[in-house]
Amino acid sequence: MNPVATLATTRRVLTQVRHDPRTIGLLVVVPSLLIGLMAWLFDETPVFQTVGPAVLGLFPFIVMFLVTSISTLRERRSGTLERLLTLPIGKLDIILGYALAFGLLAVVQALVAVGFAVWVCGLEVAGSVWLLVAVAVLDALLGTTLGLLASAFARTEFQVVQFMPALVFPQVLLGGVFLARDSLPDVLHAISDFLPLSYAIDALNTVAADSGEIGFDLLVVAAFAVGAVALGALTLRRRTA
Amino acid sequence: MMNTAPPAVAVEDLLVRRGGRDVLRDVSVSVPRGAVVGLLGPSGSGKTTLLRAIVGVQITHGGRVTVLDEPAGSAPLRRRVGYVTQSASVYDDLTIRQNLEYFRALLRAPKSDIDRVLAATHLEDHASSLVGSLSGGQESRVSLAAALLGSPDLLVLDEPTVGLDPLLRVELWNLFHELADQGTTLLVSSHVMDEAVRCDRLILLREGVILADDTPAGLYAATGTSDMEEAFLTLIEREKRTEFGRAS
Repeated sequence: MNPVATLATTRRVLTQVRHDPRTIGLLVVVPSLLIGLMAWLFDETPVFQTVGPAVLGLFPFIVMFLVTSISTLRERRSGTLERLLTLPIGKLDIILGYALAFGLLAVVQALVAVGFAVWVCGLEVAGSVWLLVAVAVLDALLGTTLGLLASAFARTEFQVVQFMPALVFPQVLLGGVFLARDSLPDVLHAISDFLPLSYAIDALNTVAADSGEIGFDLLVVAAFAVGAVALGALTLRRRTA
Repeated sequence: MMNTAPPAVAVEDLLVRRGGRDVLRDVSVSVPRGAVVGLLGPSGSGKTTLLRAIVGVQITHGGRVTVLDEPAGSAPLRRRVGYVTQSASVYDDLTIRQNLEYFRALLRAPKSDIDRVLAATHLEDHASSLVGSLSGGQESRVSLAAALLGSPDLLVLDEPTVGLDPLLRVELWNLFHELADQGTTLLVSSHVMDEAVRCDRLILLREGVILADDTPAGLYAATGTSDMEEAFLTLIEREKRTEFGRAS
C-alpha cells in the first residue's frame, strides 16, 4: 500500500466527477427528492416516521452502488486500468482510491439527505442526528464497495446495471423496509441475517428510535465493506489473457 | 558497443495461446539497448500480444521474457518501462494536464516532466482541453506523453502513429530517434511498411511466427529487393515454401 498513489487516485476520480456536474447534481439531489416524495406520499399517515430512517440508508446505498460500479467498469473497459496495472501502483491503492473518493461524495450526499429529511420533511429522530448521518455515510460506503466488487464481474455496462435487481433489490426487500425483519417468515429472516443492508437498516432504525446499541450492526456493515474492497482488489489481475 | 551490453529485451521461445490457438509460436527476439526497433506485421499477426508479453500484462504459456535484466512484468520494471496501448488509454473526462498530473504522481516523476512531455508531443497549446474533446490523433499523443513521464529506459509503443498526419508522423519518428540518442530503447509496432526504414532494426511477425529479425539493410540484402513491402512478400513466400516442404 502506498498513500501517495491512493490519494492521487482519489484526487483523480474526484476531478473526473467535477467535470460532470450533472452526476454531482444527481448524486446530491436525487436521494433528497425521493425522500421528499415519500414524505409527501405518506402525508397524514405514520408511515414516513416508520420507514423514513431506513430510506435514508437505502437511497444513498443504491445510488452509490450504481455510480461506483459503472465508473470502475468504465476504467476497466477504457484500457486505463491496464495502463495503471503496468505502473507503480498497488491494486489495493486503486480500489481504496476509488472508495475514498466516492466515500467523500457519500458524506456530502448523506448530509444533504439527512438534513432534508429531518428539517424539511419533519422526520423525528429520537437519537443523535449526527449519528444518523454517520450511519447513512457508512451505508453509502457499503454501496460503493459492493459496486466496486460487482464491476469486476461485469463485462459491459448492461451487465453491471443488471446487478442492481440481482444484488440490491433482494437486500432491500428483506432488509426491513417493507416489513420489519422480525415479522418475516423464518427462512427469509435467516437469509436476511446474511445480508449487509439488513444491519445497515437496523442501525438507522435504532438511532432514529434511540432504542439501543448499534455497535454490532456497524461492525457487520464495516466488515462487509472491507471484505468487498479486499475481494475487489483480488479480482484485479496484472496479467490477462 | 551495443553487442557487449545485454539486450534491453530478450524473448526466448515464447508461446502464447488464446482460445485454443497459438497466437505466438516459439518466438525468440532481442532488442538491443538504445535502438529503435520496429515490430512489423499485418493486423492479427500477434504484434500486440508480443508487446503485452514484454510489458508483462500477457498470460504466457511457455518461454521466457527478460526486460532490462529483470523478468518481464516484475515490480522494479513498472517505473522503467513506458507502454502505450493501441487505443489511447487516458481519461476522457480529464484535461490533458490533469491526466499527466495523475500519471506523474504515480511515477513520482518531477513536476517539470509535464511541460517536457507536452512539448515533446506538441500538445502545449491544448494542455487545458478535455481529452474527450480532442481528435483521435491528439488523444493518442496524450497517451504517448503519459508514457514519456519519468523518462523510462524502455518504451513499448503499439502503433503510435496511426491516424496522424504525415508531418506529425515525421516529427514523432524524429522524437523516437532523439530519445534513442539519449539512451532510451524503443520498440515500436506498425503495420505501415514505409515506417520500417526509420528503424535501426526490424522484427517481421506473421501469424505468430517471426519471419525476420534484422537491420533494414540486412533485409534488403537477404531478399534482393530495395522495397520493404516487397522484402516482406519475399519472406512470406519463402516461409510458405518451407512450410509446404515440411508438409509434403
